[in-house]
Amino acid sequence: MYSLIRMPSIEAVNLTKKYGSFTAVSNLNLKIEGTKCIGFLGPNGSGKTTTLKMFTDLILPSSGQALINGVNVHTNKKAALASVGTLIETPEIYPSLTPREALTWIAEIRGLAAEERGKRVEEVVAEVRMNEWIDKRVGKFSKGMKQRICIASALLSNPQVLLLDEPTTGLDPRGMSEIRDIIKTLKGKNRLIFMSSHILSEVAEVCDEVAMIDHGKLVLYDSLSNVTAKFAGANIVEVELLQPVEALVLGEVKTVFSGVEGVERLSDKAFRIRFSGGLDAQASILVGLMKMGMTVTSYRPASSELEDAYLKLIKSTL
Amino acid sequence: MIKMEQNNSQNTVPSSLAQILITAKYTLMDYLRSRRFYILLSITLIIGIVLTSLVGYYHPDIFFQASSLLSPKNPSLPFYTVWWGQTATFIVILSGIFFGGDAISSEFQNKTGYFTVPNPVRRSSIYFGKWLSAFAAASVILGVFTAITIGNGLFYFGAQGFPFEMVESILFCWLYLAAVLGLTFLFSALFKSNSMSILVTAILFLFVFNIVQLFVSFLAHVEPWFILTYGAGIIGNVLGNLIPSGIGGISMFTPSIAEGLGIMAAYFLITTALGLLLFERKEFT
Repeated sequence: MYSLIRMPSIEAVNLTKKYGSFTAVSNLNLKIEGTKCIGFLGPNGSGKTTTLKMFTDLILPSSGQALINGVNVHTNKKAALASVGTLIETPEIYPSLTPREALTWIAEIRGLAAEERGKRVEEVVAEVRMNEWIDKRVGKFSKGMKQRICIASALLSNPQVLLLDEPTTGLDPRGMSEIRDIIKTLKGKNRLIFMSSHILSEVAEVCDEVAMIDHGKLVLYDSLSNVTAKFAGANIVEVELLQPVEALVLGEVKTVFSGVEGVERLSDKAFRIRFSGGLDAQASILVGLMKMGMTVTSYRPASSELEDAYLKLIKSTL
Repeated sequence: MIKMEQNNSQNTVPSSLAQILITAKYTLMDYLRSRRFYILLSITLIIGIVLTSLVGYYHPDIFFQASSLLSPKNPSLPFYTVWWGQTATFIVILSGIFFGGDAISSEFQNKTGYFTVPNPVRRSSIYFGKWLSAFAAASVILGVFTAITIGNGLFYFGAQGFPFEMVESILFCWLYLAAVLGLTFLFSALFKSNSMSILVTAILFLFVFNIVQLFVSFLAHVEPWFILTYGAGIIGNVLGNLIPSGIGGISMFTPSIAEGLGIMAAYFLITTALGLLLFERKEFT
């Protein structure tokens, strides 16, 4: 069924949160509209979670407004969050309830029709691979299992907007990969996804745009490609060899290959190459090294472009 | 405006009243499965069994002989006064501590609030839903004790001996439960720590109210109309004037029925309003 409905949006208007003399979020102005995935990045204590909490009524702003689909979360919470799925920090569920009961509770609160509630709960539980545990009490679950149920809760009402605070926290590698796949699938279903994360590779993999915040202030908001083009510098690969390599040979690497800006020896059998250019340049350097007779056992990027950009923009961790 | 696949997020969010009842249903489910519910039920059953055994075996005079303080119109009044009047208020206080002591603080400390609050539901709906479920869970406990009391009363005095005053006392007891839960929810909303909230509530009901009542009435000769436990004195007093007001039975003043009802209703309304206000303003930091 198709209908004309408003483009999902989230907007911070002069959003500020102060704790005494400490300003956690300072005059944040950010408008995101459309169906896409935005990575919200920043160091610890930069104000990411505080911002997300102001968008979900977990904390009150000192001033300014948090709007979802044009509705102020703090003056009309029920309307603002009606089409929003949230996962903030690692929520706990009442321990004696089962996932089926806890999710049915949220489904009822959100007004899912009685006839579709049970089916929808089973669907989202299956989506997070927790089918076998649907009727077991949550009190016995691990942190990762609870996180999966909370992700299921966020997806329950098939929301237009998803606000996720480090959604893969507490999950094992397979769980992280599955959640990333879910987010990628949701992107294809016309959703606006705003997620904070410390895992830059994750953001690079699933997000279309990034917003960076530092000391409570927005540092930048742009598409991922623009950010990496503007701020990422030369690429770095780390090379490991089977046999030790002579310093002289390493000097040769710098002069023989075009695009190589520097070579740094890490040990007898390992060195780092700094180069400009994309994946083609990276591949041709590898071919060249092998032509020089080196037996390469490992060849991997030392940092991603997004990481490079992040490190240039965010100068301190606190 | 764009053309999009319509999704289920177009669901109509229920009214706040409906959300209160939904929240109450699921939090009651949690209460009724909790260890603390079974502990309190066990305590209540033990009290009931001990009283039943002692009264059945020893037939203490205080349960069966009308004193000069008692209304002579119904011979069963001493029984109900001693059995119910002295114990029911204690069970109400225990229920308040068990079910209300950390009802709101646990949403912060245990992080269950992160699961419920970021949904299209007012905080007041969560607060009242939790309050209703605590009231219902405590009512089960109080109901069990009421049934044991009435069962024993009917055994000794028959249905004809059941005093109307006992119905009044039971209703007063439930109003007292509402007031106690109002106050425990207020303390629970005040503190973020579960243990602090429970401890303060327990100390207040088991010691502070009685001590203040003692000092105010005996030393200052002022009627302690502002103390909840003083108002709850009508639960025993309505059965006969055997029980002085206050848990410890230490007062030179006795509340009238109207005063007692007024004190309990005021505590319920004021503490519930203040507790809700605190919960509305409290932040999940």
